Amino acid sequence: MAVIHITSENYEQEVLQSDKPVLLDFWADWCGPCKMLGPVIEEVAEETEDYKICKVNVEEQAELASQFRVVNIPMLVVMKDGEIVKKDIGVKNKKEVLEMLCTI
Amino acid sequence: MYDIIVIGAGTAGLSAAIYGLRAGKTVFVLEEKSYGGQIIVTPEVENYPGIKKISGVDFAQGLYEQAKGLGMELEYGRVEEIQKKKDPDSVSSVFTVKTVEKEYVGRSVILATGAKNRPLDIDREEEFIGQGVSYCATCDGRFYKDRIVAVVGGGNTALEDALFLSEYCRYVYLVHRREEFRGEPQKLERLRQKENVELVLNSVVTGIAGEDYMEGIHVWDRKEKKEDLLPVTGLFIAIGQMPDNEAFSSLVELDPKGYIVAGEDCKTCTDGIFTAGDCRSKTVRQLTTAAADGAVAALAACEYLTE
Repeated sequence: MAVIHITSENYEQEVLQSDKPVLLDFWADWCGPCKMLGPVIEEVAEETEDYKICKVNVEEQAELASQFRVVNIPMLVVMKDGEIVKKDIGVKNKKEVLEMLCTI
Repeated sequence: MYDIIVIGAGTAGLSAAIYGLRAGKTVFVLEEKSYGGQIIVTPEVENYPGIKKISGVDFAQGLYEQAKGLGMELEYGRVEEIQKKKDPDSVSSVFTVKTVEKEYVGRSVILATGAKNRPLDIDREEEFIGQGVSYCATCDGRFYKDRIVAVVGGGNTALEDALFLSEYCRYVYLVHRREEFRGEPQKLERLRQKENVELVLNSVVTGIAGEDYMEGIHVWDRKEKKEDLLPVTGLFIAIGQMPDNEAFSSLVELDPKGYIVAGEDCKTCTDGIFTAGDCRSKTVRQLTTAAADGAVAALAACEYLTE
């Protein structure tokens, strides 16, 4: 599946009402580690049908960023049935991202 | 079996891979997190000869693509152990490099593990990563717009972080355990001219205040012998790096700080194991010295392989 870019407009539908668990990657253009994590997230998205893989640009979606109280990026959040079940900071390899998803 | 196994895909490791591949060797690189190493957090590199200005990420991607184009194989995983065995077919050794999941065999090894951010080692520091503690001002500084923050450290990174944060934050405390800074005097001078920056000298951070989110930090003044509470919601830690070489201590000598002991020839005390970049015991740790070490270690490995 392709990565879905989340905005305050599609957040309700794509994330809160998702029937699959959702991975949110909070990132910004200014953040080097985020750029290194980006291709990893894309790869995970290509390989999985069981999870919805999403990215949130914190610069453009400041409201969502503050709602999630983002103060460190890259930040990965796993959500299930509209609730946060996991949260982690920093660059990860693909295996670590998949582990975050499959242990929920 | 690979000719050279490189551990770490930062500037030193990828430079070693490029030199090894160009010398016609098979090179396999193992990386724990992401390629590029420490340089990926630097927005602008302006001291790499021949390149006027480049972002750390672009630099890292250039290195990676160059090595990839030459035939580098790279996998992700943390190395737990290296075993040295006698090669039954020759007089030399073979090395088995083990991660949690897999084993790789090589005729030589280049350790280019780099260095990672040194934590302050105060209570609840890890718990507060994501709730006020950061090791990357350029990544996270903008989240503290109009807020009061502290930077801790006395080197160039700490001075640069404080300057960067002073552009966004209402007030910046720079906490340093000594009177004098190790960082460049020009940077310190620029900081002194900032109205929203305060130097807190001879002081150490002893604790974090707040329940779920940071509400302040406890600071101990070593000279006045008194404690103060600074009302910050963000703490940027820039007290330098530390190596991560314990897994190799049975094969290479580590100095008291944990860096791998080797001279400018990048040879360790074990034949066939070389070391390059910030993980090596040395005085200057720069992008250029990491690249230089990578070349030296790879060429030394090539020479060892033909012996």
